[in-house]
Amino acid sequence: MLLETPTFDDLNFWATLPVMLLAAWASVLLIVNMFIPKEKRGYSAGMAATGVVVVLILSIFQASDLLELGDEGSAFEGMYVADQFTHVVNIIVLTATLIGIMVSYDYLKRTNMERGEFYVLMLYSSVGAMLMGASRNLVMVLIALEILSIPLYILSGFRRPHEQSEESAMKYFLLGAFASGFLVYGVAFVYGATGSFDIAEIWEKSVSILGNHEPAEYTLLAGIGLVIISLGFKVGAVPFHMWQPDVYQGAPTPVTAFMSITAKAGGFAAMLRVLATGLAVVSDGDTINAWQDTIQIIAFITLVLGNVVAIMQVDLKRLLAYSSIAHAGYILIAIAAGGTQGAADQAAQAALIYLLAYTFTNIGAFAVVIALERNDATGTGMDDLKGLAANSPGLAFAMAVFMFSLTGIPPTAGFMGKWFVFKAALDADLVLLAVVGILTSVISAFYYLRVIMNMYMEEGDAKPSVAPQPALRAALVITVVGTVILGLLPYVLTDLAQDVTLALISGR
Amino acid sequence: METTGVSLTTIVLFAPLIGMLIIIFSGRVNDERSKWVALITSLVTFVLSVLMLFAFDRDVSGLQMEHIAKWIPSNDISYHVGVDGISIWLVMLTTFIMPIAIVSSFSAIKERMRLYYAFMLLLETAMLGVFVAQDLFLFYIFWELTLVPMYFLIGIWGAEERIYAAVKFFLYTMAGSILMLIAILWLGSEAGTFNVPTIAQMVRDGELTFSTDTGRLLFLGFFIAFAIKVPIWPLHSWLPDAHVQAPTAGSVILAGVLLKLGTYGLVRFNLPFFPEAAADFAPWIAALAVIGIIYGAWVSYAQTDVKKLVAYSSVSHLGFVVLGIFALNTVGVQGAILQMVNHGISTGGLFLLVGMLYERRHTKSIAAYGGIWKVMPVFSGIALVIALSSMGLPGLNGFVGEFTILLGSASSEVLSLWFTVFGALGVILAAVYILFMYNKVFMGPVDKPENEELEDISWAGNWTELAALIPILIMVFVIGLYPRPFFELMDASVGEITQFLDATVVANR
Repeated sequence: MLLETPTFDDLNFWATLPVMLLAAWASVLLIVNMFIPKEKRGYSAGMAATGVVVVLILSIFQASDLLELGDEGSAFEGMYVADQFTHVVNIIVLTATLIGIMVSYDYLKRTNMERGEFYVLMLYSSVGAMLMGASRNLVMVLIALEILSIPLYILSGFRRPHEQSEESAMKYFLLGAFASGFLVYGVAFVYGATGSFDIAEIWEKSVSILGNHEPAEYTLLAGIGLVIISLGFKVGAVPFHMWQPDVYQGAPTPVTAFMSITAKAGGFAAMLRVLATGLAVVSDGDTINAWQDTIQIIAFITLVLGNVVAIMQVDLKRLLAYSSIAHAGYILIAIAAGGTQGAADQAAQAALIYLLAYTFTNIGAFAVVIALERNDATGTGMDDLKGLAANSPGLAFAMAVFMFSLTGIPPTAGFMGKWFVFKAALDADLVLLAVVGILTSVISAFYYLRVIMNMYMEEGDAKPSVAPQPALRAALVITVVGTVILGLLPYVLTDLAQDVTLALISGR
Repeated sequence: METTGVSLTTIVLFAPLIGMLIIIFSGRVNDERSKWVALITSLVTFVLSVLMLFAFDRDVSGLQMEHIAKWIPSNDISYHVGVDGISIWLVMLTTFIMPIAIVSSFSAIKERMRLYYAFMLLLETAMLGVFVAQDLFLFYIFWELTLVPMYFLIGIWGAEERIYAAVKFFLYTMAGSILMLIAILWLGSEAGTFNVPTIAQMVRDGELTFSTDTGRLLFLGFFIAFAIKVPIWPLHSWLPDAHVQAPTAGSVILAGVLLKLGTYGLVRFNLPFFPEAAADFAPWIAALAVIGIIYGAWVSYAQTDVKKLVAYSSVSHLGFVVLGIFALNTVGVQGAILQMVNHGISTGGLFLLVGMLYERRHTKSIAAYGGIWKVMPVFSGIALVIALSSMGLPGLNGFVGEFTILLGSASSEVLSLWFTVFGALGVILAAVYILFMYNKVFMGPVDKPENEELEDISWAGNWTELAALIPILIMVFVIGLYPRPFFELMDASVGEITQFLDATVVANR
């Protein structure tokens, strides 16, 4: 078996095409970059964006079933699985990457950071995030996590030599390496308990291990706990969030924008795969649920801490860092809902809808910060927003839309995300968690409104450091339109998500 | 759910939005033109809504002029709008108040006018949406959407403490409405649909029943959201701040329409969806309402600021509306709905008057005035009529509503007579604070030199002032002298709700 020559069919060409294409494109770009003269560095951005657009279109075709490509199924000896969930994760990651490239272009130029490998690293990181959503094997999760993370460590330190940026890269790297260690250890424990890396097999084993309280139960639970810690680190869940504000603030802003989506999308996708499909909810008499309570508690403290600490922030990047911790909490509500028997699919749909809505809104908010930021990485304070509405009405309007969306005020994408997450929580009988989520939304209104207040109601002379260039402008238009359209016509989201199932085994 | 074609309701609903888009996107609309675009748009909307009134069939208890379209099919959420005998009057109130509010802004708003009028029109669509939405999801979207323009109107064009007031307004109302969001999601998963008439029908047919606890929790989820909006004592503390800081037109809309969103919600959702819980809670809520009536009147009396006085009088007046609703009988609910319209007209008018005084003297302190009748006789005459209407003088609109409400509460199955007695006490107190204020501001000698030169309102001077006040005066007399058509139109729709309530209340006894 091990030495059998794989055939072309084993590759499952259409299923793996998006991720393979992107990885190949990134590698080609890496080589081509060497031949691009210094003054024409912009080409590498264009090439990277072209590649992403092609793969994005391909993923949308796959997700929407416009073409019957035979794009579902597993590949690589069952390590990789392509289904609707994979496709939607791909769309989220690729959208974030595309807009990420657009917001980077001018910023890199004016801050003297324009180096071709920037975009290559972004693409590699996206490949990692896409693979996380497609893993049905714990080893695969581990590899994907590294592919996702290592480029991000480098990107965080891209503003070299700049103390804060370097510090953030170092912090991220050390803590990230530590988190990977937890994952390796956790995977080993799970393997020790179940004898398998395959998520579907783990599920089958966990039925008997948890159901009969076999001795391996504690090894399994310890392993899962370690996996949760590691993935919790990636998505920035409390109490594994300490790196996030520093890294978000120190890293170049486009990198922050990019990783605020990709790292989270990858982490949550892997969480859903590993937890909701990997661990059975056993019920004989009383329900035994290996992880739902843990995730509920994490979600609870993430929501409270993220939202409360965000109130005190005076720097926009830091504010958005804490806000993205808080939003991780909302997605964790959906993940926790996935632990209720029969609710996994609805929970996965809600999480993906939330992520896609959040993609447009959050990158958009960072795009505004990029427009405001001066070349020496200053100008991102809350006070630097005062009077923006009078000087730059378009930019202020965009920011207001993003802030309302993050608060969850209709008709914006953010409201739709919250609607489906809370609905999933209530359908999964997590009433208390839904109430906490809703109360913390009110807290969040306080600091999001402060941003709007500074722009519209205070006097000041805030204006963008340079007039936004075409690429950034286009990114702002896309994100505003995306935020509003998804809010007004949410069936775009629901149609995409409604076929999402997490079942790897029939009969679940 | 069958889909239908576009109806007049949809046209009325989105007409203001079209005006808003013109203001924002047309390069030819400058600040000066934007106010005319806004005024014309709101007048067209008013004319269209009058057409709705003519097209309305009073014998039908259910929805008319419906428009149903698919929206999120996978969750059984549809775009569903329509009017019945209750919402038609609130739609009329909105389209009536908006042109008045806009014309009253002509001289008061001088900064960032395009933005201002764009928000005004957005607010109109949002408020109309709340009254015509027949899907809980759609309702919630419009409900939350009203917050956004109002937040900006208070926060940008308000008085000194405007930012504090705007944030307080936003957070207070959002806290309530988000509880309603949970209730909506919960109700939706119990009923399997978000469609309002369907849920009401299921409750009436006994297909959808709640356990006592579930029913009560859901009732409270909706009730708290509405109670904050109304506001019912003791959740009223955002109101004086918002009113005092808001620009005049903002106060007019706030008092005229936004507060009715809450009372409308009580009639539209709490009564038909949770009749048992409504009957259980009725005495408690009515007690809060009566406390509000007396408290509001009492505190009004103590105010030294005219605008604050009018703001607190709203707490008192809306207490009557809530009392009428929770009498749980036809007379009470009908009186409450008419009183919603009345309060919108008279209190809106009072805020306009205060705004006009403020523009002349730049103070809202009662003590700064005195003897205004001598320098501004026309203005004072109009003020007298509107003040008397607010106080409930027979022959004017306020009396009809308050009298009907007290009649309803006296004949209520669930409320003891004491509620009526204390409610009636509120009518007397209203006379006290209104006349007290009128006396201090308008009567007596002109003892402040600054007041001697004040200019009376006239067509030759600032025509917008008369243009705003005259429609209000007309409605004060029309409703006061001939309220029959108002009751007739709402009869069938209110009857449907209260008949079922009667059955429930009687069954409980």
